[in-house]
Amino acid sequence: MQKSLYIDPVKCTGCLQCEMACSYEHTGTINPSKSRIKVFSFEHEGRKVPYTCTQCSDAWCMQACPVDAIKLDIVTGAKVVSESTCVGCKVCTIACPFGTINYMADVGKVQKCDLCDGDPACAKACPTAAITYVDADWTGLDRMRAWAGRANAAAL
Amino acid sequence: MAWNRKILRVNLTAGTCKPEPLNMQWAMDYLGSRGLASKYLVEEIDPKVDPLSPENKLIMSTGPLTGTMASTGGRYTVVTKGPLTGAIACSNSGGFFGAEMKFAGWDMIIFEGKSSKPVYLYLENDKAELLDASHLWGKSTWHTEETIKTSHQDPQIRVSSIGQAGENGVLYACVVNDLHRAAGRSGVGTVMGSKNLKAVAIRGTKGLSGIKDFPEFLKVTTEKKKILAENGVTGTGLPKFGTQVLMNVINEMGALPTRNHRDVQFEQAGKISAEAMYEKRPTDGKAQLITNAACFGCTIACGRISQMDEKHFTVVNKPEYWGASGGLEYEAAWALGAANGVGDLEALQYANLLCNEVGMDPISFGATVGAVMELYDMGVLSKEQIGLDTPFGSAQALAALAEMTAKGEGFGKEIGWGSKRLCAKYGHPELSMTVKGQEFPAYDSRAIQGMGLTYATSNRGACHLRSYTVASEVLGIPIKTDPLVTEGKPGLVKAFQDATSVFDAAGICIFTSFAWGLADIQPQIQAACEGDWSLDKLNLLGERIWNMEKQFNLAAGFTKADDNLPPRLTTEPAKTGPAKGLVNGLAKMLPEYYELRGWDTEGVPTPDTLSRLGL
Repeated sequence: MQKSLYIDPVKCTGCLQCEMACSYEHTGTINPSKSRIKVFSFEHEGRKVPYTCTQCSDAWCMQACPVDAIKLDIVTGAKVVSESTCVGCKVCTIACPFGTINYMADVGKVQKCDLCDGDPACAKACPTAAITYVDADWTGLDRMRAWAGRANAAAL
Repeated sequence: MAWNRKILRVNLTAGTCKPEPLNMQWAMDYLGSRGLASKYLVEEIDPKVDPLSPENKLIMSTGPLTGTMASTGGRYTVVTKGPLTGAIACSNSGGFFGAEMKFAGWDMIIFEGKSSKPVYLYLENDKAELLDASHLWGKSTWHTEETIKTSHQDPQIRVSSIGQAGENGVLYACVVNDLHRAAGRSGVGTVMGSKNLKAVAIRGTKGLSGIKDFPEFLKVTTEKKKILAENGVTGTGLPKFGTQVLMNVINEMGALPTRNHRDVQFEQAGKISAEAMYEKRPTDGKAQLITNAACFGCTIACGRISQMDEKHFTVVNKPEYWGASGGLEYEAAWALGAANGVGDLEALQYANLLCNEVGMDPISFGATVGAVMELYDMGVLSKEQIGLDTPFGSAQALAALAEMTAKGEGFGKEIGWGSKRLCAKYGHPELSMTVKGQEFPAYDSRAIQGMGLTYATSNRGACHLRSYTVASEVLGIPIKTDPLVTEGKPGLVKAFQDATSVFDAAGICIFTSFAWGLADIQPQIQAACEGDWSLDKLNLLGERIWNMEKQFNLAAGFTKADDNLPPRLTTEPAKTGPAKGLVNGLAKMLPEYYELRGWDTEGVPTPDTLSRLGL
């Protein structure tokens, strides 16, 4: 079964454990500035929102890459950057409508979420289950359940 | 190792920024943050120095666990000689600033001298420069943070700054980071202002690579997070209610200092409690509390994010206060509320926002207002002197005095001195509810006896965060003790003081201690830091930090007479509640405490004690 990251911002406290875990997984250091998932703080509304690549099926980044450095992992569905192929032209960063693929000046390559080979470190590190890794076909299941409960309660 | 092994020395007089290696022997003996920065301070300044002179230094320091995935590993400490007390001052803060310092490759920043004009330090990894802050002088901490991010075109910069309080010489000014976290007590922000240092802005992209045993560190920090998650206080109480969970509990115990400690219970406590923050307002149908929030790496997330009632008289024409911002925590709600007899939750939040915005400690501010209200009540201070009527319970007076103090206007200037100087000026020093010049926090020591000894012996003046025996005496952590008796408290206070020193030095939050003991921190330090870190070594290290601070204060001129409480707490019995008829029994506890500490009868560490601690 393919899985997908599922983010529920209401549960996010903004602790950045996900950013630490992501950076450690990919760089071996604790370095939120190298994280592929970012938590945004909307101070005046009191909201924290984690955001990362949604792994588009027909991915703009993959389509735009002139050297085919972005490949589909058929098991996880992730669009994965091959660092050895990437030439750092940044066209993918322009093509992505969501800003979730970014250039790393120190290595001269782009980076994006690769779902950690099917075991995302961010989801494991999240203390409030704001980030979970669930059945890709059923990311709406929790919301469906919530509404089912409300509809049922209303009918009683 | 978890240290970067690099510190930055900023000479503000000369305008220079120079890196130097961290003294690793001191790191081994004092760990980091509070311990290590204090070691540098006591080695580098004369204890008798005027706190607001260029000869004083201001140190911002991380600990080895700051910037790691150890839960709450985001703390940093500001250490200096404090202007409110004249004692060693050490205030720590969460938010994200401390971790950013670590990620930029530094352990500590030492500021010395005084700049001839307002400046801010900009740190971008190895690059360190002092930049002109003339355009920021006179501006709030909120404005300063936003302006710096905008001018550098980098929203990911983290900022610590002072507001108008720190510039205007309010003696309990804070250093505020990330909008509403603060190194809050003892006037560390006043020292920063005296140096013409407006802010420190950091962007760190180097990250932290030197954890000694990374797989072990991940394993053990994950295990320890589980303990926090499953604990009733850290897993449920604090995230849901914040520290405000205590308001009703402490009131019922008769330990809620009310109206400048005249009373020990506040009849309107329920109206300013955590539960009240959840209640929908009749005016707009919304609750004041919006959500909770975490500091860097914190899996507890006790922070409050609140939103005011736009129609409340304090903000009705001030849309800048209508957005979400840092909400009331227990200490602030008490100091702004019960200490003054004010039961208007919205007015408390307004004063709280002002404290964050202009950078002043709500505890010392609120408690000083309590003293002003008592002097007014006694007829010592008049409406003409203050500029307005200030009866106990007046939300209007609280709001107006907060504005006046923030701006340093009129009588606000005198409130900015703190209650010790203010009460002395008006001939009633006995009404100042302080130890060593610093105002009490939110626990009345007549009903929680151990807290009397905690306050009297705290090296930074009255403070709950140096040995929070409330944990034991009220919550039963780690063991329940009777709050109404003095027996056993000297040992309890000493144990809490030494352990707390280690928590602070490690770079983690003291709130973990509701669920963690030193034995839970030890394996995290052991996995992160080079060297061997036994429990015995950590216990000794905590005791060493405590004695080092004490020695500084003795050299600064403090004596046994300063390890004392105001007469109100030792001679005026509690009027109501479980402690009715009781005073604090400090005189029964202090000699035993000195003895347990290995100090002589005057409270001076004996040569044997110093040698045992390597001091």
